[in-house]
Amino acid sequence: MRNVAIIGIGQTPVDEHWGTSLRALAAKAVLSALDDANLPGVEALYVGNMLSGILTSQENLGALIAETCGMPGIEAVKVEAACGSAAAAFRQAVLAVASGAVDSATAVGVEKLTEMSGTATTFGLATASDSDYEAAMGLSFVAINALLMRRYMHEYGWRKEDFAPFVMNAHRNAAHNPNAMFRKPITAEQYAQAKVVADPINLLDSSPIGDGAAAVVVVAEEHLSRYGGRPVAVRACEIGTDTIALDNRKDPLWLEGVERSTLKAFRSAGVRHQDIDFFELHDAFSIMTALSLEASGFAEKGRALKLANEAYFGIGGKMPLMTFGGLKGRGHPVGATGVYQIVEACLQLRDQAPAAIHVSGARRAMTQNIGGSGANVVTTILERMG
Amino acid sequence: MDIPRSWRLRNQRYLLEGTRCSHCDQKHFPPVLICPACQSRETAPFAFSGQGKLYSYSVVYQAPSQFEAFVPYIVALVDLEEGPRITAQLTDVSPEEVQIGMPLEKVIRKISEEGERGLIFYGYKFRPLVTY
Repeated sequence: MRNVAIIGIGQTPVDEHWGTSLRALAAKAVLSALDDANLPGVEALYVGNMLSGILTSQENLGALIAETCGMPGIEAVKVEAACGSAAAAFRQAVLAVASGAVDSATAVGVEKLTEMSGTATTFGLATASDSDYEAAMGLSFVAINALLMRRYMHEYGWRKEDFAPFVMNAHRNAAHNPNAMFRKPITAEQYAQAKVVADPINLLDSSPIGDGAAAVVVVAEEHLSRYGGRPVAVRACEIGTDTIALDNRKDPLWLEGVERSTLKAFRSAGVRHQDIDFFELHDAFSIMTALSLEASGFAEKGRALKLANEAYFGIGGKMPLMTFGGLKGRGHPVGATGVYQIVEACLQLRDQAPAAIHVSGARRAMTQNIGGSGANVVTTILERMG
Repeated sequence: MDIPRSWRLRNQRYLLEGTRCSHCDQKHFPPVLICPACQSRETAPFAFSGQGKLYSYSVVYQAPSQFEAFVPYIVALVDLEEGPRITAQLTDVSPEEVQIGMPLEKVIRKISEEGERGLIFYGYKFRPLVTY
């Protein structure tokens, strides 16, 4: 297998893009990544998306978006892994280049949610869970995460307000990200008083969903001299899965898919925890931040909240988290999120992050994109080049 | 929800029927084709007693479209006494009375309906164990 590098990145702001179609959103991100790579096109396109069929009545996104981007005829398919779709598409792009099947590929994550009402979106998001045994019983995706949060608080004795620092950190960083949906810091009081969605999860525990697209261009490292731009090395991109329903897990508070995916990525990249300089994790809900840190091995089981303070997870801290705001502050365009995380990690490693959120001297980044409540987990490790 | 699916799932919804592994005796809900404990493909139908304990719960205020009429309602993870954990709604109990660890029992109730003239779907919910 060949080593792979990212040579182009692009993103649209995460927002309510009422006037822009799904295909146009995707094309904006792809064309901006191609321009960044200074390439007219690529040999293959992998589209990460979750809800286009349900919300836009549009599938077959591969051909549609290749055509919209002026590359009709190339290999192009949609990759779906619920909220983990984008990073799963990125893995396909990396594998296609690593294998030698193609020399260049683009992964784009795109999601268009504002086409339908909020309740239709809530229904769509619930398709990430077990349709026969979770969603059909009235469980929203938020409710599933609420079951985890309630049990976590019960088992380890944490209070609701102990989760606030994660949320405040994400929003503090998002304030400096021009592409973020919510660019205002929030206070612990605001967190405590937010409207309850599915008890104990309130509005500020939940990442805001929005429209958006992000794209990257990957090529073989051995060909880098052919291209300009500022490459970032892909050291690993690995997938680990777990049961789709929470009730089939031995210990729902231990995300085995996260553990598997992280261990595989560490093995592929030949790195350990102390080699990671910052971590873009999948903070769809604040409970997922805690569980992801624990199953990834960055915190002991049941103890992640003990580390939830600015000195540890802030920009200048030991392990900066959600440096561009994460899902919580940047926004969560569901099937596009995984490529946003990768684009943001590249901006850090290329020293192009806004000064206030720049993790200076960072050499290695880890990003983790999760489909479902820990069911499909993609962990990527990126490294600065030169 | 669709009619074929509701019909296909009738033994699960009404009888709480899962499977028992013929090789290692592990019980599963929902039914499985391959035993997750020993990988055996020999499983037989097994009806659960419907008694269990509460593992976790949540009160839902913002629901998917087909459940909007029911808010607020309580969803839960229940540890069945035969082993498996199951996802279901709680009923006949107010949120203030719910406690993790409380004993529960299965009842058959309305799960959802497709508007005023549409189909009504029934299935299992759990309520605090009634003792006499």
